[in-house]
Amino acid sequence: MTDNDFLKELHNPDVPVPEGMQSAVAVTNIGRLMDSIYNWGRRNSIWPMAFGLACCAIEMIATAASRYDQARFGMEVIRASPRQADLMIVSGTVTKKMVVPIVRLYNQMPEPKYVLAMGACACGGGPFKEGYNVVSGVDKFLPVDVYVPGCPPTPQALLHGFIALQKKIDAQSLGNYNSVPWYGRGPSDAIPVPVLGPDLYDPRQGHIMRRQHEAAQSAAQDKQADA
Amino acid sequence: MSEQAPVAETISPTEEALELLQKRFKKTVRRDDREGYGGIVVDASRLEKVAAAIHDDLGYDYLSSATAVDYLGQGDHVEMVYHAYRIAGGPALVFKAQTPRDEAVLPTLTGVWPGVDFQEREAWDLMGIRFDGHPNLKRILMWEGFHGHPLRKDWHEPFFEEELKPFGSRWPDGHVQRSEEHNPYGKNVQYPAEWSPEAYESPAEPAIYDNINLGVDVRTDLATDRVIVSLGPQHPSTHGVFRMVVRLDGETIEGLEPVMGYLHRNHEKIGERNTFIQNMPYTDRLDYICSLSNNLGYAISIEQLMALGARYEPPTYRAEVIRVLMAELTRIVNHVWAIGFLLNDLGAFFTPMMYAVIERELILDFFEATTGSRMMCNYMRFGGVAADIPARIRGVANLINDRVRDMNTMDYLHSLIHERLPRAIDQLDEYLTTSEIMTNRCMGVGVLTRDDAIAYSAAGPVLRASGVPYDVRRAEPYSIYPDLDFDVAVRYHGDVYDRYLVRLDELRQSIRILKQVLPLLNDTDGQPVFTGRGVYSPRVPAGESYGRVENPKGELGFYVVSEGKQNPRRYHVRAPSFINLTALEQMCKGHKVADVVAILGSIDIVLGETDR
Ligand code: SF4
Repeated sequence: MTDNDFLKELHNPDVPVPEGMQSAVAVTNIGRLMDSIYNWGRRNSIWPMAFGLACCAIEMIATAASRYDQARFGMEVIRASPRQADLMIVSGTVTKKMVVPIVRLYNQMPEPKYVLAMGACACGGGPFKEGYNVVSGVDKFLPVDVYVPGCPPTPQALLHGFIALQKKIDAQSLGNYNSVPWYGRGPSDAIPVPVLGPDLYDPRQGHIMRRQHEAAQSAAQDKQADA
Repeated sequence: MSEQAPVAETISPTEEALELLQKRFKKTVRRDDREGYGGIVVDASRLEKVAAAIHDDLGYDYLSSATAVDYLGQGDHVEMVYHAYRIAGGPALVFKAQTPRDEAVLPTLTGVWPGVDFQEREAWDLMGIRFDGHPNLKRILMWEGFHGHPLRKDWHEPFFEEELKPFGSRWPDGHVQRSEEHNPYGKNVQYPAEWSPEAYESPAEPAIYDNINLGVDVRTDLATDRVIVSLGPQHPSTHGVFRMVVRLDGETIEGLEPVMGYLHRNHEKIGERNTFIQNMPYTDRLDYICSLSNNLGYAISIEQLMALGARYEPPTYRAEVIRVLMAELTRIVNHVWAIGFLLNDLGAFFTPMMYAVIERELILDFFEATTGSRMMCNYMRFGGVAADIPARIRGVANLINDRVRDMNTMDYLHSLIHERLPRAIDQLDEYLTTSEIMTNRCMGVGVLTRDDAIAYSAAGPVLRASGVPYDVRRAEPYSIYPDLDFDVAVRYHGDVYDRYLVRLDELRQSIRILKQVLPLLNDTDGQPVFTGRGVYSPRVPAGESYGRVENPKGELGFYVVSEGKQNPRRYHVRAPSFINLTALEQMCKGHKVADVVAILGSIDIVLGETDR
């Protein structure tokens, strides 16, 4: 973005500026100025978590390496601890066994936090979708900000996903609590950790399970009544 | 370095074994005379004794693979299939034991071949065979408490549609349907009718710590504590989602238990629903760094089966040349990657890895131009390869200074193989081999003795670094390897450092092979690369086959049972990463906890293959 574009973006179009000064003057309010400075800082220092799940992780590493060089996005600081990370790149197949630690890791990340689903598996189950141990998409449990399709997505596609994330951050405004909830209230609620029972159980689905039990019971009663 | 001569076999291993075993065990040992099958069937009651005789008297000291097959509707038994080899080379002795489906029990063979440990646990987990006397019979890929044994033929997954593909809902009418909409939970789940989450205590985590003494026991004389540390599954040095539970005394390792299954993607269950050719892209995703050599192993095992039938034409010479070219380039990709990451694990963060990845990118450019994909190549077919190598490589996506790169493929390969890669390998050697980080942290660490390596069924560089010159390319040659001149790399200390050196040696041997392959490529120019019939589901005659190749990580085997239908009845992968881990505890005991990471790095596992 050139300086000129930057000014134009900041400028409030309702306030006229004389012809010759348009490239040097912007009239704006403090909120917008703060937004742009704030977002500029955040968008260029997204620290991803070192966290590879499957095949897609290999392409993620290739993206971090010299040819594709994700350092250009200020993203070369890859942290092993969720406490220091802003971005979780879900790079690969999410299995039922693995989704438990994934939800925990997500809960441990400080806000603001973003999730990028990389590859067909993380987006919707991918080639292994029908497998008995496969979660069909990480968005069944976590809110996902950017989806990058592909199997695996090429490094270029992943870079495109990073750019999409930056755009998303750019659109967030400090004045609008809905877009930056973490500055408004206290910490947001943790996502309930799934349970490894006879199959994976999501505690948020208790009502469905109760409904199923009731339906089964009444079916059994009907049968008895018939007999 | 030593050359290993292929062993000439005159009498088939089955005949030889039958003669000796029937003398001693009479009728409890018999020939497997089902059509298309081979080997011997042993009575479950005598299995342990017969196995001991096979090991001690017949000299089959290396158990490559052990897996189970469910014969629902064909005798209603489950069958364990063992493939044993002599470490000196030669073909396999296959022996089997059957047990009824509803009461599946077999004696464990961990006393004869300790390397069978994890494979028996897998058979228990997925197929529900209980092994009497097994020291630690827990589920290994799924979690404790999971309902059912998923590889049983009558066990259906939540998104089950039909037994075999192509599913009627998708073909030939081809409409889209979302499996989620048919499930009350909108998810890939199913629960037993009576199960309720209230007051449910999941046994999954506690079971992992079973058999490990959790109590902290302060030893006053040494002033160290006993602690249990759980490493992973999210850990920067576990190469993916691998987990280890380590019992420490102070910092010294007393015991270690690998915990896996965090990437268990049900490769085999899906593979048994797929048609034969549909499995090819799935094999890419086993060891996702070496997709092309996985393709080769699967193609070989199916070609073995197809050769039983009429109308089968083996691949042309050019197809075999291209296969070897791809397999050896893959080996280079894998080994530079493994070396780069070993250094990462040793604390030399990123720089060595960055150098390693540069060379990988150059090879991947060639893969992309030939197969259409950088990583998941899906390139081999039964009877050849999918396409010839292109005349030119055009790097459309990877612009350099906004210029489209456009190169003659043969020139590109020539400069890669004769200049670029040898230089890179020399560079790695020069900077790393004598580096203090390498020598201080790797020499004498993680020693696996020769006998242990064989007993634990270790394979690949791990086996060869322990002084065993065993390489499938020489021991049971396939493709055009008999025509090629190369040495089997071998080192003798069995430590982390020697495993690194074996990989370096193998890199150089691969270059040597590639230098011989290039002129062959020129000579065979114009030959077809595919002899099969270009059909969607080729006919595969009934029978069993075990195809194996020397993958960069070790021996990769595919055990396939066909019934003459479009789909395999059983499709099993003998994964080197999985079986090499059996010896991990042996290598780690007595070392410091920080060394575990280096030892694991030196085994070079990839989770897609470990967990499948
Ligand atoms: S999307 Fe494809 S490459 Fe990525 S993890 Fe899934 S199977 Fe592997």
